[in-house]
Amino acid sequence: MLAFIGRRIAISFLVLFGSSFIVYNMEAIAGDPLAGLAESSARNKEYLIARLTAQLQLDVPPPARYFLWLKGVLGVFVGNLDFGRTRQGGAVLDLIGAAVPVTLRLVTAATVLAIILGISIGVLSAIRQYSRLDYSMTFVSFLFFSLPVFWVAVLLKQYFAIGFNDFLADGQVTTPFMIAIPLALGLIVAGFIGGERKRFWISYAVSALGLFGLLNLLNLLNWFQSPGLGIVLVFLFSAGAGIVVAGLTMGFDHKTARNAALSVAALGAVLYVPFNMIPGHWLNLGLLALMGVVAVVVGVFTAGFWAKEDRGALRRIGGITAFITGLFLILDKLMQVWNPYVNSDAISGRPVPTISAANDLMDSHNYWWQLLDVLLHLLLPTLGIMLISFAGYVRYARSSLLEVMNMDYIRTARAKGLTERTVVVRHALRNAMIPLTTLIAFDLSGLIGGAFITEAIYGWKGMGTVFLESVSTQDLNLLMGVFFLTSFLAVMGNLLADIAYSALDPRIRMGK
Amino acid sequence: MTENQAAANATADASIEMKETAGLSQGQLVLKRFLRHRGANISLAYLALLILFVFTAGGIHLGSRETPITIPGWWHLSITDMSEVAISNSDSGQLLVGAPTLDLNPFDGNGVHIGAHPFGQDAIGHDYFALVIRGAQQSIMVMLVVGLIGGLMGTVIGAVSGYFRGLTDSVLMRFTDLIITIPTVIIGSVIGAKFGNLGVFPLAIFLGLFAWTGLARLVRGEFLSLREREFVDAARVAGASAGRIIFKHILPNAMGVIIVSVTLLLSGAILLETALSYVGFGVQSPDVSLGTLISQYQDSFQASPWLFWWPGFFIISIALSVNFIGDGLRDAFDPRQKRKLGRKDLAMAKNVEKN
Repeated sequence: MLAFIGRRIAISFLVLFGSSFIVYNMEAIAGDPLAGLAESSARNKEYLIARLTAQLQLDVPPPARYFLWLKGVLGVFVGNLDFGRTRQGGAVLDLIGAAVPVTLRLVTAATVLAIILGISIGVLSAIRQYSRLDYSMTFVSFLFFSLPVFWVAVLLKQYFAIGFNDFLADGQVTTPFMIAIPLALGLIVAGFIGGERKRFWISYAVSALGLFGLLNLLNLLNWFQSPGLGIVLVFLFSAGAGIVVAGLTMGFDHKTARNAALSVAALGAVLYVPFNMIPGHWLNLGLLALMGVVAVVVGVFTAGFWAKEDRGALRRIGGITAFITGLFLILDKLMQVWNPYVNSDAISGRPVPTISAANDLMDSHNYWWQLLDVLLHLLLPTLGIMLISFAGYVRYARSSLLEVMNMDYIRTARAKGLTERTVVVRHALRNAMIPLTTLIAFDLSGLIGGAFITEAIYGWKGMGTVFLESVSTQDLNLLMGVFFLTSFLAVMGNLLADIAYSALDPRIRMGK
Repeated sequence: MTENQAAANATADASIEMKETAGLSQGQLVLKRFLRHRGANISLAYLALLILFVFTAGGIHLGSRETPITIPGWWHLSITDMSEVAISNSDSGQLLVGAPTLDLNPFDGNGVHIGAHPFGQDAIGHDYFALVIRGAQQSIMVMLVVGLIGGLMGTVIGAVSGYFRGLTDSVLMRFTDLIITIPTVIIGSVIGAKFGNLGVFPLAIFLGLFAWTGLARLVRGEFLSLREREFVDAARVAGASAGRIIFKHILPNAMGVIIVSVTLLLSGAILLETALSYVGFGVQSPDVSLGTLISQYQDSFQASPWLFWWPGFFIISIALSVNFIGDGLRDAFDPRQKRKLGRKDLAMAKNVEKN
């Protein structure tokens, strides 16, 4: 095992060396960083050219210059990493250091959501192979797969942002939408419920009517202008989520599991009032995260009290339910600050932004305002990235699960009388996830370099923007910095995927 | 589904398979299964018609920029022609500049007609139909060239690597790793920024030179398992050369994997090209591609949305139909693939059982 990892790391470094050598020389030979200056009419042209030549060591031929660059990078082993300087003279490392968090903020949420949503829909699609749901999901995932990200971005800006902001002016759903939305959404709900034709139409009618009533109610309450959940809905939503979690992990007829989940949700409702009394200006991200951790731990222990057996599974249910309850509490809090936020001077009634990473909120120290602001800025790019990468996960999860469901041991599991839920969740899903880990590890490692176009469209100053700039200004050191970081992460991700794969699947032999 | 039904399905399945495979060659079988995939058939017909339409309408443009060789198409306007911008009023009274004249609604009294500028005009009077058609030509060409080069290189490298194993394999696969490490966007934009101004064709070739890695890995895996089979031993004992074994004996058996992943390569290529052109590193002006059209006209979405819809429609419909064709081929080449049995099949199975 260790020998295998060691050899893989050694090979990875050779590969990195090779690819960086190729990219460096390709870029250095194909692009002339002095081209812009040579055409300029500046009086001190000669001086400027000479200075840039000296600064970027352009008098050294590219293959040799690569080794000068490499020497700086290898400085990491003596604690002195140096990616060189940009054309403007700033350190490449500083620029990249500033860009990485921006990109991470942009892509993390999108990727995590795409993974969760994609896998669950793919699994559902595989379980109901050749159903209405399966066919429509196949079509939808192919469609999303074929969408150019820049085209989607323009559409989202137009309809989602501008359209929604216009709608918020009076916050009343108009009659055409009042009819169209239930008709369309009802189709989706009924599709997920499934069943024979009669049951499908019944569930369609019920859900469409229900949605119609809901929209009317929200209109009456003017909910879209001043939304909120309140303690009752927070409890109901988190209790529902808890029951689903308990049902999926231990079965819907498992009373103890359900009670454990409900008790955690009830605890969340009890904490509703104290949570709302925390002043906004006290909070920050670290504190919120700490509260989240405490909530999960409390959830784990609360659910543990119920346990006579299966303590581990019950604790897991408690932890997950606590996490979801926390999310609902935060959502409610954000809805409470929605109205004042939207009507503040900085926003002036148009909350969904089409560009940049954050608004200048001036004097607001209220953490909820800042959080809402950040989330709203994330909304459009996240949707765009999610739509497209989600499609791949749907396809992959579906085919992976179908493959496993045809195995002999699944037939054995069914034959010995296990419920379908146990067969799917315990036996099939776990094995179907193994090939998916490779995809996930690979995708996560590609996160930093993954959103060039989205960043460019929404004007985020992340790695993608830095990279596109470096290409168009022929800034070799900057380009190499971005390239080296992304490819280093890709190689490491690949390695981790291999290790995870063989750790999860004992049939894979290490070393060969 | 009840137990009985399931059992009936299973027997029906088996007997249908027996009946279906009787006396058919591998190629006929694949064709038969492919024709059964409705989405793939429609997509194939659509794509073929689209390519025919695009290349006959816009004509064919070969040769370098200095000495162009042009075969004119049936559409009378070229991408550089400018005419007066038509200004009209929409139904809601909004002023429309260069609105599309295409009218597919037979019930509005005007009948179905194309008009002077079916896809509309841009603000300075270019005919948008000519622009979109040319853009689609360029994007389709990039897609096909990338697919051809990537497909050939991937197949050969994967085949050689998987067949010879040992040192050849290690060297080639490490080289593949090396190319995979370089993110496509980096390759694309470096290439696009440097060679994009040479024209579309060189750009496509350079993109193709880096697009073969995934295919090579797949083909290698396929070859590694196929080379251990008896028919390969038989060929070797009979004295066939390595080249003959690779190309005549193993390759036809690996064709399924290759064709399927080449279609994925194609749909990836058109999205990559349009995305690169969109950020300005792909096809450069005065050439047009579907990506440059979108990036050029996206700001006029409010006033003239058709400038945005048409190129998007072409990109999506091309990529979508290629993806569906790939799905159909995957089903067709996979012998384990089972499909849902319709009423017709069950009736047929009953007949088979009776006879």
